[in-house]
Amino acid sequence: MELTATTTIRKPPPEVYAFWRDLENLPTFMAHLEEVRTTGDRTSHWVADAPFGKNVEWDAEIIDERPTEKIRWQSTGDADVPNTGAVWFVPAPDGVSTEVHVVLVYEIPGGAIGKAVAKYFGEEPHQQLDDDLRRLKQVLETGEVVRSDGAPWGKRARGEFPQRPAQPLSDAELEKGADA
Amino acid sequence: MKANTWAGRNKVEVRDVPDPKILNDRDAIVRITSTAICGSDLHLVDGYVPTMQDGDILGHEFMGEVIEVGRGVDPGRLRVGDRVVVPFPISCGACGACSAELYSCCENSNPNAGIAEKMFGHPVAGIFGYSHLTGGFAGGQAQYARVPFADVGPLKIESDLTDEQVLFLSDILPTGYMGAEMCDIQSSDVVAVWGAGPVGQFAMDSARVLGAAKVIAIDKEPYRLRMAERAGHTPVNFEEVDVRSRLLELTGGRGPDKCIDAVGLEATHGSAHIAAYDRVKQAVRSETERPHALRQAILSCRSGGVVSVIGVYGGLLDKFPAGAWMNRSLTLRTGQCHVQRYMKPLLERIERGEIDPTRIITHTLALDEAERGFELFKNKQDDCEKVVLKP
Repeated sequence: MELTATTTIRKPPPEVYAFWRDLENLPTFMAHLEEVRTTGDRTSHWVADAPFGKNVEWDAEIIDERPTEKIRWQSTGDADVPNTGAVWFVPAPDGVSTEVHVVLVYEIPGGAIGKAVAKYFGEEPHQQLDDDLRRLKQVLETGEVVRSDGAPWGKRARGEFPQRPAQPLSDAELEKGADA
Repeated sequence: MKANTWAGRNKVEVRDVPDPKILNDRDAIVRITSTAICGSDLHLVDGYVPTMQDGDILGHEFMGEVIEVGRGVDPGRLRVGDRVVVPFPISCGACGACSAELYSCCENSNPNAGIAEKMFGHPVAGIFGYSHLTGGFAGGQAQYARVPFADVGPLKIESDLTDEQVLFLSDILPTGYMGAEMCDIQSSDVVAVWGAGPVGQFAMDSARVLGAAKVIAIDKEPYRLRMAERAGHTPVNFEEVDVRSRLLELTGGRGPDKCIDAVGLEATHGSAHIAAYDRVKQAVRSETERPHALRQAILSCRSGGVVSVIGVYGGLLDKFPAGAWMNRSLTLRTGQCHVQRYMKPLLERIERGEIDPTRIITHTLALDEAERGFELFKNKQDDCEKVVLKP
């Protein structure tokens, strides 16, 4: 499965590149990622949250990069869901913004994991990556993922429709947090 | 706290709900001193805007005192104790749209942008109390409200103007003003405004301060037309006269140079069969709008004129007079108001006495009486033009 998405962020390419290149930032805006841990100059360990309540983990390696322009990576070893990704940072015509172009490719296996992954992405797999990039834009342009009363859990807002009503959260709801 | 909530189609209910809390670092919490019912709230209550949910707090026109700020709010911009008017579009101030002063198209403030994008092609800004399509933000018909990006939108009121003088800077005064501004008014222009509700009245006053030679008010409610007439505008009652003929008479046969649609998707029509056509199509959702005012504005406008649309539309409309629009070189301009762009200059006009926003207020009720306020406003009872609620 190949997913592509693009957005324009009103920050210069070196800044957007630097944010992405610190791979530990990715879970702040990518809904399915729990954690990315840098393990070396080009290597990292990724933890994704999986629909059957169990995390999927893999190691990844940057296989090609050109500072301020592009980063390409792939999973290594015996990943449950082998995957590769690439991101390009292209100066926008306005002279101040950056076009971010992302491609993610998942090799969906057969069996239970494959079914679970397919279910996780649902009928509109592109929507998730679009929303991920929307949040990347929010984080870089405004400092945070924006929250509302109807969608209070930031990147976990996905799949919340029908949402909770647009009225403030109770203390109990706030305490329970996104997993309530 | 108490808040006025959507309780299903044609039903609002004041309920006890939790107090708002800071959710993002750049939030503020405002204790509301005055709030209002807007014509666009009626579109929500009448069930023409999708993605409303039982319990949604309504209201996007409000002001009050800042009682708490998040740690990301620049103290140079906003502090606890400040008296502020809050603009209805929630805008980040940093994206491409905000940088171009297109605040109601903010690219970052709507957490449900993905849904808005499906409906509109591209997403729109978050709006207080205005469905989940525009973010699912609790509204301001309440005792307190959370205001995101509080260092961008809220306008500080540092003079001793009353709430009533400045409250409408939150929406309807800038909306009416933008409607007139989009007309590029010249001193020789006759400007016709469809709809003498609150936004229409402010579009008329704005056309006058921008230098129009004559301003015409089109409506069917005698009390609304009288209100416009008292403010110096020329009334036309579409239930009593043929609008096109009357407009030709009033303009020496030219037609109005500039036309403003301050009605939107729930227009009524003097001609029963056309009204029935749109009403039926809207009821079965094969068109979502009753666009009669817009059609008439396009057909009435002089060749080369501007039709400016500030009435709210949400979806699809039928029988758009594309031939008149194209062959007669009309310019169609529109937008949800970019309120932040107009708040300061309009505050200065209020301070100088050029515009008196209080002239449209007919009812001031306690927040507890919100349900009655909606009924008065919707059914145009007791000569209701504008309801202000006091939490």
